[in-house]
Amino acid sequence: MQSFAYARPETLAEAIALLDAHGPEARLLAGGTDLVIRLRDGTLRPAIVIDLKRVAELDPAIRETGGRLVLGATTVMTDIAADPRVRRHFIALAEAAAVVGSVQIRNRATLAGNICNASPAADTAPSLLVYGADVVAAGPSGSRRIPISELFVRSGVTTLERGEVVTAIELPLPARRIGAVHVRRTRRRGHDLASVTMTVAVDEEGLTRLAYGSVGPRPVLVVDESGVLADPAAPDAAKAAIFERMFADASPSPRSMRAGPEYRLAMLRVLGARALRIAIERLAGGE
Amino acid sequence: MTQLIPISVTVNGRPRSIEVASHHTLLEVLRDDLELTGTKECCLVGECGACTVSLNGRIVDSCLVLAVEADGGEITTVEGLALADGSLSALQQAFLDMGAVQCGFCIPGQLMAAQDLLTRIPHPTVTEIQEDLAGNLCRCGCYEQITEAVVAASERGPATPGRAAPAAAEPGR
Repeated sequence: MQSFAYARPETLAEAIALLDAHGPEARLLAGGTDLVIRLRDGTLRPAIVIDLKRVAELDPAIRETGGRLVLGATTVMTDIAADPRVRRHFIALAEAAAVVGSVQIRNRATLAGNICNASPAADTAPSLLVYGADVVAAGPSGSRRIPISELFVRSGVTTLERGEVVTAIELPLPARRIGAVHVRRTRRRGHDLASVTMTVAVDEEGLTRLAYGSVGPRPVLVVDESGVLADPAAPDAAKAAIFERMFADASPSPRSMRAGPEYRLAMLRVLGARALRIAIERLAGGE
Repeated sequence: MTQLIPISVTVNGRPRSIEVASHHTLLEVLRDDLELTGTKECCLVGECGACTVSLNGRIVDSCLVLAVEADGGEITTVEGLALADGSLSALQQAFLDMGAVQCGFCIPGQLMAAQDLLTRIPHPTVTEIQEDLAGNLCRCGCYEQITEAVVAASERGPATPGRAAPAAAEPGR
């Protein structure tokens, strides 16, 4: 591994000042489960690594405030998957956090890191899109709230600006009853990234929100307002037609070692139907 | 431009103060600086689990943790599993009894992951064992025996010293 300077700021202002001063020469370190791999293989060669884990404002807490669940930037997957409030209101996020990597990875990997890396295969991204999460970012000119649907550009690229640090991810507590689930395909559980990762939520008004990743440059959110998808009695053919429109933006890479585009596109439809069925069952079961 | 940073850690109950390079991982410092070579280096991308250690009560892939991140932390490596008198823990003895150790390279990581599981879930099901140990690969393919060993250890109880334990309990199936 090439050497670098290491900084361990204790306040958010200090972290932002460091990041602003070093710009593209700096990399932020939270869990390190992606960063350390890329430091070692040389695809990233920062002059300075800024460790965020001792920044007072970025503690790994989960708080409920003002109708929102606020997940601190250094909260790790293990704690998100186990948190009773996440499980009660945002089960598909808990399910997604529980399938990221292995126990060892989930003990380090943070939710903020997962989305800031902007991997198209990020397992938590579809759930955050479906639940309408906001990303709170602090920078030299203050703090702002970015809807998660406006964060992802392409692999490794987000709309975060120079000097901005994600401080929290906020999830609005659902106003309606919803049934939701996260599903994925992978070659081997415990290690591999998803070949397809997806979250579906149906609500009591008949709205269906579906988000999918690992089949294009960024995760995609689509919404069905017709009520057909959420209707347990609607014919499969009618649902399939809606799925076709929803999956029209999928464009899996032909160069991936993980799965061919034909397989991913086929699995999108299989997982879509499966997830929808589970979401409807959960809504009916009051889960 | 290597930056040396002083850190203090507790490793297997023993306080250590050392200087580490900013770009050295916890794995490198454990093996090369502290000469605790039980922890193995293998895939270096967080997939195989051979470098698993416990940091502040949670298992991590030490190849993905910078040593400096562990500053102030409490670390347990495979060398810390045996009892104070040097006898094997119930878990270690169960691994031997069940034939879970073939080439042995993955075993330190398997033991650390299994110990962590038994601490959280004293009597795990086979499914829970398989799920929890999914981050530890064994190229000898001893997954069945490893699972049986964890079941056996859970039946013996965590406090039972390995060598004083009765003959292998029948694993629950």
